[in-house]
Amino acid sequence: MYSQGLIGADTSTEESEEFLRAFQERIDAEQKIEPNDVMPAGYRKTLIRQIGQHAHSEIVGMLPEGNWITRAPTLKRKAALLAKVQDEGGHGLYLYSAAETLGVSREQMTEELHAGKAKYSSIFNYPTLTWADIGTIGWLVDGAAIMNQIPLCRCSFGPYARAMIRVCKEESFHQRQGYEIVMTLAKGSPEQKAMAQESLDRWWWPVLMMFGPHDSDSQHGDQSMRWKIKRFSNDELRQKFVDATIPQAEYLGLTVPDPDLKWNPEKNDGRGGYDFGAIDWDEFWRVVKGKGIMNRERIRDRRKAWDDGEWVREAALAHAQKRAERMAAEQQAAE
Amino acid sequence: MSETVKNEVPLWEVFIRPRNGLSHKHCGSVHAADEVMALQAARDVYTRRGEGQSIWVVRSKDIVASDPQDKEELFEPTADKIYRHPTFYEIPDEVGHM
Repeated sequence: MYSQGLIGADTSTEESEEFLRAFQERIDAEQKIEPNDVMPAGYRKTLIRQIGQHAHSEIVGMLPEGNWITRAPTLKRKAALLAKVQDEGGHGLYLYSAAETLGVSREQMTEELHAGKAKYSSIFNYPTLTWADIGTIGWLVDGAAIMNQIPLCRCSFGPYARAMIRVCKEESFHQRQGYEIVMTLAKGSPEQKAMAQESLDRWWWPVLMMFGPHDSDSQHGDQSMRWKIKRFSNDELRQKFVDATIPQAEYLGLTVPDPDLKWNPEKNDGRGGYDFGAIDWDEFWRVVKGKGIMNRERIRDRRKAWDDGEWVREAALAHAQKRAERMAAEQQAAE
Repeated sequence: MSETVKNEVPLWEVFIRPRNGLSHKHCGSVHAADEVMALQAARDVYTRRGEGQSIWVVRSKDIVASDPQDKEELFEPTADKIYRHPTFYEIPDEVGHM
């Protein structure tokens, strides 16, 4: 999600040196930028793109998990999953609302998603084949999202930072409910444990891809770091995630599908960390460019939801207008 | 906050009072056709975990805001009025806490 929002971002901007320097001084002084403040066009464009894609990721992210609501194994799991999917919808709405303060309309963002012009996180283009996937998504996908989102709580753009604070508070529930699902399976029958392992095998690499391309291949990261939209690079966050996750997998008795994974005591300035194998970037770019397993279905489902809801939006507006007219007429009659 | 697009569902700003004794605080916005739906949407979006005891919704276009460009003109004059602060006045220690 998140760092992928910067892929293809146009950070170019045409203001005078003096204006840009004054803006950078505000950023360096850790002053938050608020919607009506003057800002470079590149800063605005980058944020609209990133927040918009982040919002789309939350909304599209409801689909793979929604797939299992009716088939959750117990009432408790079903209630928790329903609440989690509702949260994702809420997160999308906080973020759309933050993006709208920059002058982009909700309709415009929706149209861009449906036309395939705006991206969302590559991770949601993978299918949820088993119940274990619901656990794995909460544990790893939400875990990776938290890694990305915690530094975004300090993003220089006020509305985005505030939205992220709300999101992070709620995201912790998502990760814990996911881990608990995987834990239950891992401690269950051999078949259940095998299901958890098979799910981890499928999701591990796509989750590492969520952090976006390597720093050396990421063109717009530098400017975003200078503007304090981003606080850590893709590779830094990916490393933190791997280091945090491996002990969690070990506790479950599951193994990540990486023969090159190895503890390296030299890493992280001598604190130690894991070396891990090469990521298949061809797969990543294939999915980002629309050739993932679920890309077509996801957009088709979003479009269908939008089209099917059209009569509701029209009826609500017509009703609101009728009420407003009636109230105006009553007021006139009273005078 | 453009209202120009035809059939665009209006934007409302949402304010939540976490509990009695505290004031309502801005927390974001929602799109809704009318005030009834705006309140329902605000409840669903912003109070899923007991964040509020009361919600205000206000049409975004009805909010009048100061221009950040006027910040100096509006707020700078208070900076040199240090005599408005209690620490401006020297009271001997013998007087005790005041």
